[in-house]
Amino acid sequence: MPTANQITTVPVVVDNDKCIADKGCRTCIDVCPLDVLWIDEKTGKAHMRYDECWYCMPCEADCPTDAVTVNIPYLLR
Amino acid sequence: MTQLSDIKIKDIDVLVIGGGTAGPMAAISAKEKDPNASVMLLEKANVKRSGAISMGMDGLNNAVIPGHATPEQYTKEITIANDGIVLQKGVLEYAERSFGMIQKLDNWGVYFQKDETGEYDVKKVHHLGTYVLPMPEGHNIKKILYRRLRRNRVVVENRYQAIRLLKDDDGAVSGCIALATRDAEVIVIRAKAVVLCTGAAGRIGLPASGYLYGTYENPTNCGDGHSMAYHVGAELSGLECYQINPLLKDYNGPACAYVTGPLGGYTANANGDRFIECDYWSGQMMMEFYNELQSGNGPVFLKLDHLAEETIEEIEQVLHTNERPSRGRFHDGRGNNYRTKMVEMHISEIGFCAGHSASGVWVNEKGETTVSGLYGAGDMASIPHSYMLGAFVYGEICGQNAVEFAKNRSLPALDDSFILSQKERILAPLQREDGIPPHQFEYKLRRLVNDYLQPPKITKKMDIGLQRLKDMERDIEFLYARDPHELLRANEAQHVLDCALMAAQASMYRQESRWGLYHHFVDHPETNNEDWFCHVQLYKDDNDQMACKKRPVDPYVIELDEEEKTAYQKMRIQKVS
Repeated sequence: MPTANQITTVPVVVDNDKCIADKGCRTCIDVCPLDVLWIDEKTGKAHMRYDECWYCMPCEADCPTDAVTVNIPYLLR
Repeated sequence: MTQLSDIKIKDIDVLVIGGGTAGPMAAISAKEKDPNASVMLLEKANVKRSGAISMGMDGLNNAVIPGHATPEQYTKEITIANDGIVLQKGVLEYAERSFGMIQKLDNWGVYFQKDETGEYDVKKVHHLGTYVLPMPEGHNIKKILYRRLRRNRVVVENRYQAIRLLKDDDGAVSGCIALATRDAEVIVIRAKAVVLCTGAAGRIGLPASGYLYGTYENPTNCGDGHSMAYHVGAELSGLECYQINPLLKDYNGPACAYVTGPLGGYTANANGDRFIECDYWSGQMMMEFYNELQSGNGPVFLKLDHLAEETIEEIEQVLHTNERPSRGRFHDGRGNNYRTKMVEMHISEIGFCAGHSASGVWVNEKGETTVSGLYGAGDMASIPHSYMLGAFVYGEICGQNAVEFAKNRSLPALDDSFILSQKERILAPLQREDGIPPHQFEYKLRRLVNDYLQPPKITKKMDIGLQRLKDMERDIEFLYARDPHELLRANEAQHVLDCALMAAQASMYRQESRWGLYHHFVDHPETNNEDWFCHVQLYKDDNDQMACKKRPVDPYVIELDEEEKTAYQKMRIQKVS
C-alpha cells in the first residue's frame, strides 16, 4: 500500500537527556489513556508515536524525572 | 482456521468493563458484598489514569445533602430539566443514595470543601435547588479508587478493548470477547454477570478544530459499550437527546457553571451582557447559547474580568490543576487572561452521555439493562444528569446486584462458532495489505455527523446523512491496520459508526422538538406531549435491523407543580421595558 510521508508536529515532547525509559521506566507509557507513547527503538527513550493526544497530562504529571512536556496540539493553539 | 482451543478463556463471576469512574466502584462494591466472588475489571487504558476523571474532578455537580436539598426536590429538578421524560424511580434511587456515597468517599479520603463550621460547603448553580460541592483536592480521586481496588483484591486487566458481549441460549449475557490493544491477542472472558461502565460516546461528532482527539469527552470513550449493548440485544434510550456542551472555543474544558458560577463568573454575549438566567447545562440553556451565537450579539464569552484578583486566583487554582489542567497552557498560548478580557466560548461536538444529558443504554433503578445478567452504570447508562456522583452510586448499585445475580448462576456455555467468527472479524484489518486507514475512515465519518446530524435537525439532511453513513458500512471490509494499535482504532471506528447510525435513527423517529438544542427538529418545531411524552427505545430487531419504539414514561413517584414544569423553559433573561 502506498504511504504518503508527512511531517507532524506532535503535542507530547520527551527530553531524551532526562528520560529514563532505557533504564526500564514505563510510567508515561503506562498512564497514557490513548496509548500513544511508545519506546523509540533507536534511542530506548519514550516518544509520541501516534498523534492522538487529549492533552490530559498524566504523562507529564507522573513522570519521575520531569522529562515530559505536553503542549496544546497545533490545530487548537 | 482457528479452533476455540487456540483462544484463551478466562472464567470469572462478575466482569466489569471500563475502569474509569463507575467501573472501579462497581468492582469494589461487588467484592465488598461478596469477598469470595471473583471480580475482574477490564480496562482499555490503565485504571490508574483512565476515563473521564483521569486527572481528577473539581467538584460534585449533583450532591443531595440533608439541610441543602432533599431527594424529592432533586428528582423534581431533574425531571423538569429533562422536559419530563425521565424514569423518576431511577433518579430518586440516585438521590437517596447520594449522601451515603459522599460519606463513603469522605471516609476513603476524598476531600470535599467544608465551611468554617465543618459542614459541606454546597453552592447553588441549578435553576431551583442547591447541589454543587467543590472538591479542591479532586486530583487524587483515581489514586484513592486504585487503592480500594487493590485492597479488595479485584483482578485488574489493563489494555484490553471489549468488543462484543456473549450470551447463552437463554439470552442471558455470558461474558465478552476482548482485544489486547498492544499485541492484538483476542481473548474470551466468560462471566456470570457483566457490568458495562464504558463511559460516554464522545467521538461521534468532530470538534470544530478538526482535531480527532480534541473531544470534550476522554476520546477513549468512543461508544464501545453502546455498540456492545446494541449488538447483544439491549435497548438504548433517549439517543436523540444528544449531549452538547458549552466549552471554551478550541479548548475542550468546561467553562462556567460549576466552578466560576458560584464565584461570580457568567456566560455573556459580545456586549458583556448576561443572556441566560441559569448557567446549569440543559438543552434549553444550550438553545439560548446557540441562538446568541447565531445572532448579531455573538459570539459568546466566559466573563470573569469584573472579578477581584483573589477570586480569579481561586478560579485559576481549580481550573488549571484539576480535570483539564492543560487549560492554563492553552490560555498562555493565546495570551488570554481572565483579568483583562472575556474568553471566547463555543458549542461542543455531539455525543451520547447520561452524565450531562439523558442518552444511553437503558437501565432501571437496579442498574439492569433489558438483557438478563447485564448491568450498566455511569455516563453510558440512561439515568439522566448523573455526573460523577451518579456514576459512583450506580456503580455501587450494579456491583451489588451483579454479584447477587452471579451467585445464583453456574458458569454459562459458550457459543463457539460466534466466538470464532468474531475473532476473524476483529482481526481482519490486520490481515489485509492495503485499504482504508482507520483515522481517515473515522475523520470522514465524524465529518458527516457534523454536516448532517448535528442540530438544527432537518429531515432531508438526516436522510442524506443516514445514507452516507450506511454507504460507509461497506467500507468496513476495506479497513486496514498495520499494527495492533491501528487495529484498536479500526475496531473503535466501527463502534463510532454504530453510534452515528443510532443518533440518526433515534433523531428521525422522534417527530417533535424537545430538550432545547439537544433535539431541535426544524421540521417539527413544537413539543408534542400528546404523541411524544415517552422514551424512544432503540434496539436490534429480529432481522438484525436498527429499530425504534416508544416506551411510556412510568408514573411519577414525585408529582410536579404546574408552575415548576416550565421552569427550565424560561432561560432567556427578560429585558425590562
